[in-house]
Amino acid sequence: MSTETQDQAAQAKNDLFAHAKAPVNQQLTAEQKIKLYTDMVRIRKFEQAALQSYQKGKMGGFLHLYIGQEATAVGTISLMDDNDHIITAYRDHGHALAVGMTMNECMAELFGKFTGCSKGKGGSMHFFAPDKRYWGGHGIVGGQTPLGLGIAFALKYKGLKGCCLTYLGDGAINQGPFHESLNLASLWDIPVVYIIENNRYSMGTSQTRSSAHPEEGLAARAEAYNMEWDKVDGSNLYEIRAKTAVAMERARNESRPMLLEIDTYRYYGHSIADANHKKYRTKEEIEDYQNNKDPISVFQQILIQEGVLDEEQVKEIDSTAKEEAKASIEFADNSPFPPAQELLTDVYWATDNPGQHNNQGRMFFNDRLPWDDEYQA
Amino acid sequence: MAVITYRQAIKDALAEEITRDENVFVMGEEVAQYNGAYKVTEGLWTRFGDKRLVDAPISEAGFIGLAIGSAMMGLRPVVEMMFFSFVYVAWDQAVNNASSVRYMSGGQINVPLVIRGPANGGTNVGATHSHTPENLVANFPGLKVVCPATPADAKGLMKSAIRDNDPVFVMESTVLYGEEGEVPDDEDFIIPLGKADVKRKGKDLSIIAHGRSVLMALQAAEELKEKHNIDAEVVDLRSIRPLDEETIIESVKKTGRALLVEENKPYSGVGAQISHLIQRRCFDYLDAPVHRLSAVDAPAFYSPPVEKVQLPEAPLIIRETLDMLNVKR
Ligand SMILES: Cc1ncc(C[n+]2csc(CCOP(=O)(O)OP(=O)(O)O)c2C)c(N)n1
Ligand SMILES: [Mg+2]
Repeated sequence: MSTETQDQAAQAKNDLFAHAKAPVNQQLTAEQKIKLYTDMVRIRKFEQAALQSYQKGKMGGFLHLYIGQEATAVGTISLMDDNDHIITAYRDHGHALAVGMTMNECMAELFGKFTGCSKGKGGSMHFFAPDKRYWGGHGIVGGQTPLGLGIAFALKYKGLKGCCLTYLGDGAINQGPFHESLNLASLWDIPVVYIIENNRYSMGTSQTRSSAHPEEGLAARAEAYNMEWDKVDGSNLYEIRAKTAVAMERARNESRPMLLEIDTYRYYGHSIADANHKKYRTKEEIEDYQNNKDPISVFQQILIQEGVLDEEQVKEIDSTAKEEAKASIEFADNSPFPPAQELLTDVYWATDNPGQHNNQGRMFFNDRLPWDDEYQA
Repeated sequence: MAVITYRQAIKDALAEEITRDENVFVMGEEVAQYNGAYKVTEGLWTRFGDKRLVDAPISEAGFIGLAIGSAMMGLRPVVEMMFFSFVYVAWDQAVNNASSVRYMSGGQINVPLVIRGPANGGTNVGATHSHTPENLVANFPGLKVVCPATPADAKGLMKSAIRDNDPVFVMESTVLYGEEGEVPDDEDFIIPLGKADVKRKGKDLSIIAHGRSVLMALQAAEELKEKHNIDAEVVDLRSIRPLDEETIIESVKKTGRALLVEENKPYSGVGAQISHLIQRRCFDYLDAPVHRLSAVDAPAFYSPPVEKVQLPEAPLIIRETLDMLNVKR
């Protein structure tokens, strides 16, 4: 090896481990590290299985894949404490699995089944698990950003020490409600952590064609709101954990918001309907991310070098996740669709809890429902 | 029973509910230190402080969204719209998020949110400030909307709305804020959502209205009785969604005639829905077609004398009634 390549190799190793010594990473046990790795693999296998099922016509609507971005959800969510909450946009499968939702309930939701996490009422873009402090799953670009603010506001109001991780895309940062939220967050010292998942595109529009921003990055806009910000390499789980931990600590302890921008990439199109995605970006660009910045490969390398993981385990984790995903398809396939009567439940708390409420009168206004056979003159 | 203004009745409702439940807080522009643009919250900040009365910057999408997020967490925000016309800048939050979160989560979440404020024309502030969006809100399953006409209804419905576990829009009227009326003193006086009120009994026709139009209808009914010996029944809907259909049907079956009055625009207005209900459920009882009075179908006019013509007031209700009953004017 020439000294030059030796230097390069040393540099690369340094980069990989640059954040390994951050307290939140140093305190990880081997078991916890393997769990983080496994969670990323599970997300990828789940989505690969979902993609196959989509192509077989098993689900309707959109399917926005998270593949390529796994370290962001897994890294950030792994830092959550009992009073921390999360909310995200429609590219929400990764976050769902990372908070501990099962593949079964997620796959069943994609299939529109009654056993889905939202009983088949939400679909791919609208996963929810408030019992895991996961508040969705939101389809309107930027629409979730004030909601995350409100969740964090409620924590502060109740005197709880926690924060709300609120995710959005690089395309969402130009929405008015997001800017209103940044202003309110800083003005009122609300413990919200905004995380821009910058995968460089909003559908077919590259980030450079959509956003005016300071040279240092999208997150630098935070300065206008007197808010701390940071940029994060989304291919390195250690870096994500190290930098997100700083933001979460600040939120919990000082009740100050922060804006993080995590550089990442999606390997597939915007959604599966986006067959054009190789036209607005080059093959070389996609391959560069897949070959050199893949978050799963990067963390695998780290763990192998740390001696935490070996090739054998990698294979096993892979096949176990594949099996789990396969089983979730079976579960979804075998589950029933919701009965049509489900259309009228979960609309109002009041109708779902009859007799417990100060409501009278008519709630729904169909003269006749599709399942009412009897004609009423 | 004390005689108080509509404004005072709402303020009392807010104060009582803030005292009763630590999760209730009021948020909006100028609600705290400035005492409210229309003085509905006057004195509450001094009494309850910064936590319970929150002055927000002009950022409706931001703070309505914030309120929804906090309601998902179990707080009970009462958001004041300085004018209801301003809700449109937050439409995605107010109707899309507030109405869908429960449904899309399969019933795992509820949103105990109140959005309240004046929604009325008639104050010469032009088209941007004179909207009455109760029909628009009622079009969203998941939302509830009420339009109180009297101080007692304002108080009772407001307290119900705050205690409700679903998002409720309470549409008030700046024209009514100074109106006085008897209001029960009982702190647990509430009026259920979805219950109409027959404000005047009669046998010749049913005038069905909500909001300020109820007062116009009552005024018209007095004159109809005095000058023409016509006995109009006045049904105040109070609640638009949920809707008390049975009271409407009972009244129309009794009188055989229905005149629907509202300050909203006609196309897809509340009257359109009521009219459908009446033809569907009272067809054989009708002695005349259902008539509707709404605002003249144009954006709100500024010029004071013209705007007065635009909204249906008592003389117009009288004219319509006489024509319906084939009485010579
Ligand atoms: C208000 C609104 N406008 C447009 C859309 C359609 N749309 C859905 S996702 C998307 C691109 C968003 O890109 P970005 O925020 O970068 O997130 P990413 O898809 O990259 O995760 C668009 C235009 C929408 N859902 N909501
Ligand atoms: Mg993007």
